[in-house]
Amino acid sequence: MSTITGTTWNCYDSATMTPREIYGRTLAELAKTNDRIVGVTADLAKTTAIVHFANAFPNRFFNVGIAEQNMLGIAAGLAKAGLIPFASSMAVFVSMRGGEQVRTDIAYQNLPVKIIGTHAGISFGHAGTTHHCTEDLAIMRSIANMTVICPADGIETSLAVRACVDIPGPVYIRIGRGFEPPCYPDENYGFTIGKAIEMVPGTDITIISCGIAVLQSVQAAKTLLEQDGISVRVINMHTIKPIDREAVLKAVTETRRILTVEEHNVEGGLGDAVASVIAESGKGCVFKKHGIYDQFATIGYAEDLYTHYELDADGIINQVRSLMGRDYEADENWEDE
Amino acid sequence: MACTVEEKQRLQDIARELRLTIIDVTAWSGGAHVGGSLSIVELLTALYFKYLNVDPERPQWEDRDRFVLSKGHAAAALIPVLSKRGFIPEEELKTFNHFGSPFAMHPDSNKVTGCDASTGSLGHGLSIAAGMGLAARYLKKDYKTVCLMGDGECCEGSVWEAAMSIANFKLTNVITIVDRNRLMIDGFTEDVMALEPFAEKWHSFGFDVIEIDGHDFEQVCSALEKGWNATEKPVFILANTIKGKGVDFMENNVVWHYASADSALCEKAKASILNL
Repeated sequence: MSTITGTTWNCYDSATMTPREIYGRTLAELAKTNDRIVGVTADLAKTTAIVHFANAFPNRFFNVGIAEQNMLGIAAGLAKAGLIPFASSMAVFVSMRGGEQVRTDIAYQNLPVKIIGTHAGISFGHAGTTHHCTEDLAIMRSIANMTVICPADGIETSLAVRACVDIPGPVYIRIGRGFEPPCYPDENYGFTIGKAIEMVPGTDITIISCGIAVLQSVQAAKTLLEQDGISVRVINMHTIKPIDREAVLKAVTETRRILTVEEHNVEGGLGDAVASVIAESGKGCVFKKHGIYDQFATIGYAEDLYTHYELDADGIINQVRSLMGRDYEADENWEDE
Repeated sequence: MACTVEEKQRLQDIARELRLTIIDVTAWSGGAHVGGSLSIVELLTALYFKYLNVDPERPQWEDRDRFVLSKGHAAAALIPVLSKRGFIPEEELKTFNHFGSPFAMHPDSNKVTGCDASTGSLGHGLSIAAGMGLAARYLKKDYKTVCLMGDGECCEGSVWEAAMSIANFKLTNVITIVDRNRLMIDGFTEDVMALEPFAEKWHSFGFDVIEIDGHDFEQVCSALEKGWNATEKPVFILANTIKGKGVDFMENNVVWHYASADSALCEKAKASILNL
């Protein structure tokens, strides 16, 4: 899959801008040299920041009003005619309100529509649960032909947006709402769709995370090494599908303990994708899926919710400590489980 | 005149053959949406044998006119018409619905040569057509996109999202047609979920509404020509049709929405078509 190398992009500032802001600016930049790129939204041009593209290229931007099904159907028609549409709305609406259009009009026809879902997870916590989205990764990864990416920060969002253009089929990119501190000092860390990034080396346990959980996992790993002497490997699994099986298998063999962390229901998302790889490997491994435990999240500002649901560094530390107390069993005795 | 006497005769001959093939496909496939396939025969014939600028030698030709069969369940009419137009060898139609066949009850554009959109979930096609129309405008191409929907399909809210956007974007390069056969699976549209006043709905959404007898080639051709030449408002063709048209015992009877056919039934249906 596509790798971005050697390009310097000065269209954004990762120290101050939200990932969606960076997405909008990156798209506007990309479109300067690719006239096949078009944009659609459903009355969320400003909210999803595709407005940067819209202002630069008004003749190839279409706002359909509050009508996500139509937005995604129109995107399919644009793609059928040879264009590369970016369809922007909130994650909850692109994955569910227009979910069948994503599946039938876009993925079934294997069209190069790039679906950008913002305000994902509980990042828009204070909007209430109607606007939370802890189901999109599960939905999108179950749709054939779909590539699913959950970038860790603004830099990775920009890289993913650029790389997805070269994917011949549909891509879903999930981004949050607010500012997310950068995980990376610059873009030169070898981002490739489908290839996980080892953020921290470690031998006792591996945290596999995506999105906002990556930086928190990195911070947790530092603390755990300093305070507990636990050597924690952290993997940024930015591409949920196709998942980097090799990185998971390596973690199974080398650390024998895996914790997945995601801003998503523990049912169906990153955790289940990793669990499948582990189960199919036939290797024993202490394993836990951490995220939102099959419930609709409560109301609150995102940072409060991250603390409440233990998706921040302190919460992840607790998760790791409890997992270190368990070990995998080599025997066949189920009575003591 | 949109359609000369000779041309009308030519189109009627093709339509009769197409109806016979639809009956064959109903038998070969083990069952098909025969009623709603027979109701759109004149519309498809006029489109594929007079108006749509398509080329079987170049099915993906980027300047071709597009056709979106939003009522995808009428694949039993679309795929035979594509075959008659030269996109698909007729012999292949015998595989319809069978294991590994490119042809199913609803068409797959990645498998059916000449088919411009995968459809079957109702209420999706008009948005796809709108996207194709927007693309033509941006790419400065003068191809037309025609979308044919069922009337019952218009219960879907997404149809009206698409309609609103076609009018909003002034997509005069998109021609919308509804096959108004007045029947849906559970009965008459007006009994299940009333559509009337139907023409007024489309008019109020910003369309130039043309109401025709969808089985009369002169009216079909005249309406399509208006659609092709639209410059101010997008054209909506309300084609009044008869479900099961051409087979006397199937006409206007909801039983034939979907049906299978044995050889005796095929003979009976074909005899009726040949007497039309």
